[in-house]
Amino acid sequence: MPPAVVLVTGVSRWLGGALAAELAADPSIGRVIGVDSVPPGPEVLPRLGRTEFVRADIRNPLIGKVIASAGVDTVVHMNISSTPGGSGGRTSMKELNVIGTMQLLAACQRAPSVRRLVLKSTSAVYGASPRDPAVFTESMQARRVPGGGFAKDSLDIEGYVRSFTRRRPEVDVAVLRFTNFIGPRIDSLLTGFLRMPVVPTALGFDARVQLLHEDDAVAVLVQATTGDFAGTVNVGAPGTVLLSQAIRRLGRVALPLPSAAMGPLGRLTRQAGITDYSPEQMRFLNFGRVVDTRVLREEFGYTPRFTTEQALADYARTVAPVVGPELVGGVAAAAEHVVGQVATLIEDVGSLAGGRRRPGTPVAAGLRAVRDA
Amino acid sequence: MPEARVIRLHPDAPESPAEQAPPGRGWDSHVAGGLEFLRRRLTGEYATDEFGFDPDLADHLLMPVLRPLFEKWFRVEVLGLENVPDVGGALVVANHSGTIPVDALMTTVALHDEHPAERRFRLLGADLVFQVPFIGAMARKLGATLACNEDAERLLSEGELVGVFPEGFKGVGKPFSERYTLQRFGRGGFVTAALRTGAPIVPCAIVGAEEIYPMIGNAKTVARVLGLPYFPITPTFPLLGPAGLVPLPSKWFIAFGEPIETAHFGPNAAEDPMLVFNLTDQVRETIQHSLYQLLLKRRSVFS
Repeated sequence: MPPAVVLVTGVSRWLGGALAAELAADPSIGRVIGVDSVPPGPEVLPRLGRTEFVRADIRNPLIGKVIASAGVDTVVHMNISSTPGGSGGRTSMKELNVIGTMQLLAACQRAPSVRRLVLKSTSAVYGASPRDPAVFTESMQARRVPGGGFAKDSLDIEGYVRSFTRRRPEVDVAVLRFTNFIGPRIDSLLTGFLRMPVVPTALGFDARVQLLHEDDAVAVLVQATTGDFAGTVNVGAPGTVLLSQAIRRLGRVALPLPSAAMGPLGRLTRQAGITDYSPEQMRFLNFGRVVDTRVLREEFGYTPRFTTEQALADYARTVAPVVGPELVGGVAAAAEHVVGQVATLIEDVGSLAGGRRRPGTPVAAGLRAVRDA
Repeated sequence: MPEARVIRLHPDAPESPAEQAPPGRGWDSHVAGGLEFLRRRLTGEYATDEFGFDPDLADHLLMPVLRPLFEKWFRVEVLGLENVPDVGGALVVANHSGTIPVDALMTTVALHDEHPAERRFRLLGADLVFQVPFIGAMARKLGATLACNEDAERLLSEGELVGVFPEGFKGVGKPFSERYTLQRFGRGGFVTAALRTGAPIVPCAIVGAEEIYPMIGNAKTVARVLGLPYFPITPTFPLLGPAGLVPLPSKWFIAFGEPIETAHFGPNAAEDPMLVFNLTDQVRETIQHSLYQLLLKRRSVFS
């Protein structure tokens, strides 16, 4: 049964807006209500269609009135900030993430109309350390519990959602643990990072990176909203790349720096608003993280259309390479040409020096040309 | 009259002239191959798997570096390769020695170069390996992953040949006087991984690695400061500085024993500690026995 009234938090960001647009285009869904503390930008606004926008902060009890008065039956919680830069510092980021989720869940618990909750979570809850298994399944937990930042917030949020599930057992809860998003339009942690012409990386480390194309992310969110899956599922594209490999494929220049230099650099770039190098982000870039997607394919019932490599290639269309493959190919071809020339030269010199040593045309054992007498 | 057909004038020659390498041009095709490798590396056009294994780098950079050590320096003789299956998952369990785990690398070369199916050897390493910069990243690119049941079972069920050294640091870091005596074999985690996936266990005995860096002392304080499990003192290291890092050219044997099948126990057998202990002991004793046999076979340490 398709949901009658859907509430999407965090609708002013690209992913929330894209989900609301998809839901609004589905005639079987009665109403789509988008909530965010800032109005949607000009690139999101025209796509929203019949979505009703409510400017509200989910930290405010007002959200309860919205849910109750509209008779919302499905809540999609996506208003979780991954970077302190985007939400005005770590304190307000934590407040938005944790207090906002608590407030939203409290409102959902009071509203008898709610029968489905979808949480956009992250695979960052698994942490990233050298002591972790290479591939995480949904039942695994971080060996080293993330100490702070986005991963800690996400762990807290999942905890609150679990206790909500205990208090309202009749509500179906789907927790989607997404890997890093990438794509031509989405603005994620990794797209900002890889857009820099010179990408600083940790010297002596190379992370395994699993991506998810933005189109697949939207499709999974739509299916989670309209379908009946309940439980926790890892959402990631098949396949992985190494961070160094991704940087090379995008034609960026990697700048390996000793780990000690990364902290000051991170503070510098954060202040400049370029990118975010929090300690947990650093650990991710050192060791990487890969999740098992069997549940996604077999139980949730979705197979991503883009593999990690294809998603990266699709993103690469929008970034002009600093070192293009044509350049590398050209240099390689030129070098090969030079080597060929040198080889011919040496051969010629060799044949001049000892002419008889050069093997003549090979004589085949089979047919032979009849010689003139 | 039969249909007209083309009769090639030179039946032994390649079909098109382009395929025929010009005579005396061996080295520049090597250079061209190297350039192509460099181009691939610079544009990222190679495949890596979820464990971080990079076959392109392993085949074109690491193997050529290790091969002279394998063939010329240690003159490794590989025995019992028929005991390693051509396809499907199997768990190779070997003794560990030599202060630096060169034995793992040599076994990788042995299985890739000498086995008819050119099997890739997926090693399981201690977490310390993956904490250290460069070494950890390189270990993953060579096909290694963390020694934990999750990773071992995932690799085995994907049909990979997995290698484990259950002695761990107790084996590599033992003093020279205890050479060729096996240390405790962990807690039997490797046996449970094999039982759960039904993969056969192939015992493997490595002779020769004990003598490459004879460890006559252990600077425990230095080790504690550096966060290492041991800090070796050999007759040449740290006395001769970097020159002390050159391994002694001992004669090596790598012998694979008859596989111990685990499939008939069923996956639930992994929950039976007595069976796990018995199998662990069986593997340990098989390796110890073949170590003694190989030592008898070897005329001297260096020949």
